[in-house]
Amino acid sequence: MNKEPVKVKEVEAIQRVSGFKEVVLGYTEKEALAEASRCLQCKNPVCSSGCPVGIDIKAFIGQIINKDYEGAYSTIRQKSNFPSICGRVCPAEYQCRKACILTKKGSPFASQSAINIHFLERFIGDWGSKNSTKISANRQPLIANRKVAVVGSGPAGLCAAGELARGGLKVVIFEGLHKPGGVLRYGIPPFRLPRDILDFEIGQLRELGVEMVTNFIIGKTLSLQELFKEGFEAVFLGLGAGIPSFLGIPGENLCNIYSANEFLTRVNLMSAYKFPEFHTPVTVGKKMVVIGGGNTAMDAARVAIRLQKMNDIPGDTTIFYRRTEIEMPARRLEIEHAKEEGIKIKVLTQPLSFSGSKAGCVEKIKSLECRLGEPDSSGRRRPIPIEGSEFVNDCDAAIVAVGLGANKILTSVTPELKTDKYGDVTVDSETMETSIKGVFAGGDIVGGEGTVIEAMGMAKKAAKSIIESLSKKGK
Amino acid sequence: MKIIETNTLLQALGVKITRLKILAPAIAKKASPGQFIALMVSENGERIPLTIVESDIEKGTITLIVQEIGLSTKLLGAMKEGESLYSLVGPLGHATEIKNYGKIIVIGGGVGIAEIYPVARGFKAAGNRVEAILGARTKDLLILEGELRKVSDDVKIATDDGSYGRKGFVTDILKEAFTQHPASSAEYGLVYAVGPIPMMKAVSSVTKGFGVKTLVSLNALMVDATGMCGGCRVTVGGKVKFTCVDGPEFDAQGVDWEELEKRNRVYEDKEKHICKLKNIK
Repeated sequence: MNKEPVKVKEVEAIQRVSGFKEVVLGYTEKEALAEASRCLQCKNPVCSSGCPVGIDIKAFIGQIINKDYEGAYSTIRQKSNFPSICGRVCPAEYQCRKACILTKKGSPFASQSAINIHFLERFIGDWGSKNSTKISANRQPLIANRKVAVVGSGPAGLCAAGELARGGLKVVIFEGLHKPGGVLRYGIPPFRLPRDILDFEIGQLRELGVEMVTNFIIGKTLSLQELFKEGFEAVFLGLGAGIPSFLGIPGENLCNIYSANEFLTRVNLMSAYKFPEFHTPVTVGKKMVVIGGGNTAMDAARVAIRLQKMNDIPGDTTIFYRRTEIEMPARRLEIEHAKEEGIKIKVLTQPLSFSGSKAGCVEKIKSLECRLGEPDSSGRRRPIPIEGSEFVNDCDAAIVAVGLGANKILTSVTPELKTDKYGDVTVDSETMETSIKGVFAGGDIVGGEGTVIEAMGMAKKAAKSIIESLSKKGK
Repeated sequence: MKIIETNTLLQALGVKITRLKILAPAIAKKASPGQFIALMVSENGERIPLTIVESDIEKGTITLIVQEIGLSTKLLGAMKEGESLYSLVGPLGHATEIKNYGKIIVIGGGVGIAEIYPVARGFKAAGNRVEAILGARTKDLLILEGELRKVSDDVKIATDDGSYGRKGFVTDILKEAFTQHPASSAEYGLVYAVGPIPMMKAVSSVTKGFGVKTLVSLNALMVDATGMCGGCRVTVGGKVKFTCVDGPEFDAQGVDWEELEKRNRVYEDKEKHICKLKNIK
C-alpha cells in the first residue's frame, strides 16, 4: 500500500492561458484504476460524511476497481445528478477528500495523499455521458404528465427538473437569460467547465421531456400566482444568489471596475473574449486587480490573465486578499492553477479606495496592510488593518469578487413568499416547501452562497417532496 | 420576437431613428409605462436595453424606438419585417407610478421623446393636465410630435437652431412655465424628463431651484439587465443603485450626472473599432 496519488494530467500553464480550453484533462481508464486501487475500502468509511449529498463513495470506487463503470455511474447518480459537472467543480478538498481517512487529522483541507475522489467521480461521469448511460425513470402513474414549473436553470433548477421529469411530471423550466445553465453558464469559465459538458446535460433533460423557456422572468413576465393559474401544480424556485456585493469604498464606480459577475458574464455568457466576432466588449487592463479569495475571485483572475495574453498584453493580474492563502475559501486546485498561470496573490491587503483619470477610469488602488487576529465566526482568523500602512498600486481594471446576495426579482414582488434578513427564501428544512403552499425552493436562494453539489442536494429533496405532495393530493 | 413592422421614423443629418413593432405577447400583456426590455439581435450580439414605447395586448406586440448609435442599434435598425430577434426579455425595471398630480410637465430631448411618450399617455389617462416640452437640435430631428400632441394638453418645442418652435433649450421653456406668475411652479406636481444627460442635468438644476419633484429615466449601460452584473450602477443621493432593478427612474436631484456620463462612455473606442471593422457607418 501507500501508493502515490495519481496526478491528473493538465494542460501546461503557458499553453492554457492562451485560450479558454479545459485545463484539467481528467483521468484515463488506467489512471482511474490506479487511483481507485489506492482506496482503502474502509470498513467504516468516513468519506461519505464529507459529501453534502452523501454519495456512497466507497461503493462507487469499489465498482471502479471491478471495472463496473455502469454500476459506479448508477451509484453516484442515486445522489448526484451531474457527476461530470460536480467532478469538475466540487471543492472536494473541503468535503469528501477532507473526510477521507488518508487526510491528516486537523488539517484545514484534504491532504495530498487523500484519494482523488472528485477525479474518479469525473471519470465516471464522463464515462456515463460518453456511453449515454440512462438512469431509469420512475414514472408514477398518479402524477403522470401533471405540470410543474422550475424557476431558474442553474444547478438547483436543472437538478430538480431532472428528478421531477423522471418521476413522470411534465416539467417546464423558466430561465431569465437567453441560455440555460445559470451560474454554470455565466459564472464558471469554460476552462473549468467546458460548455459541451453543460450542453450535454441540458440536452439529456430535454430528451427526458423537460421544456426550457428562456428569456422569461417569473416575477416580471409572469407572476408566481399566474403560474398556478396556467395549470402548474407545483413550483420549484432555484433563483440563485445573483446580486453582486461591492466593497463600498470611494472610487468604486470608476470605469473599468467590475463586479466579478459582470466581468464573468461578459466573458463567459456573452463571449467577450471573442470580441469583435462577438459584440460584447470587456476592458482588458495592463494591470488588473481582483479583490477576493473565493472561487469566483480565482475564476475572474484566471479569465483576466487569459484576456491579457490573448490581447498581447504581458500577463499582470494580482489578487488582493485580506487574510492569507490558508484562509482563502477557494478550492486549493484553483489557487494552484492561478499561481501556475502567473497570477500574483497579495495577501493581508485591504483595499481602501480607488482613484482615476479625468475620463473617470480607474488608475490606482490604495490599500492597507493587515495582520491576522483571533478567529471570527467563520472560524478563520480575522484580518486587522494596520494603521498607517497605506500603499498604492497601479490598476487600470479591477474586479470585485467579494460575494453575492439573493436574487430579489421574484421575492420583491411576492410578499407572501417569506424571506430572512438576507433576502433568502425561508423553507421547511424537511420538505423544502416555502411559506406558499406548493412552492418549493433550493440552491443559493436558500441559505445563501453554497456549492453546486449543495444546491443539487436541496433540489433533490425538494423534488421528492413535490412528487410526494402531488401523489397525496391525487388527480 | 418576430419583427411585425419596421419603419424609419427619421433619417437626417446623420441621425437615423427606427420604430419597430415586435411580436411579444407575454411582454405586451405585462408592460407598463416606464418599463423596458433587453434584447439581442443575434446570438453573437450584445444585450441592449430599450424602453417599451407602446404595447398592444390584443395584437401581442410591443413597439420600440431606436436611434442608431453603435453596432447593436445599427444591426437592429437594419432588421427587416418577418425576421426575428435572437432574444427578448421583459418587461424590466419598475413601472412609473402613475397617479393624478393635477398638472405635470414631461420633457423629452432627442430620442428621449420616445421614452416620455408612454409616460405622458399614462399620466393623461390618470386625469393629469400634461404639458409636454420637446427638444431637438433642429426641426428635421424632432420625433413623435403628433403622438405627443394626442396625449398632452399642450406641446411646446425648442430647437437649438430655432428652425422650429423657439430657439433655445427645453429648460428655457421650463423656466418660463415656472415663472408665468409668482405661484406657477407650485402648480406642477411633477416634472418627468428623458433625454441626453446634459439635458436631464439642466432640467434637474432648474426644477431644484423651484422645488418641483423631478423624475428622470436613466440610460446606463447594462448586460443582463436583471440586477446580476451591477454594470448599470449609478449614484443617487449618495447611494449606489442598479438602474435595471432599482430604476430606471430616479429622483433627478440626487443623480451623480458626471459619473453616469463617464460610465456610459467607457466602451466608446471599442464601439468605433467594431463599427469600422464591420464596415458599418
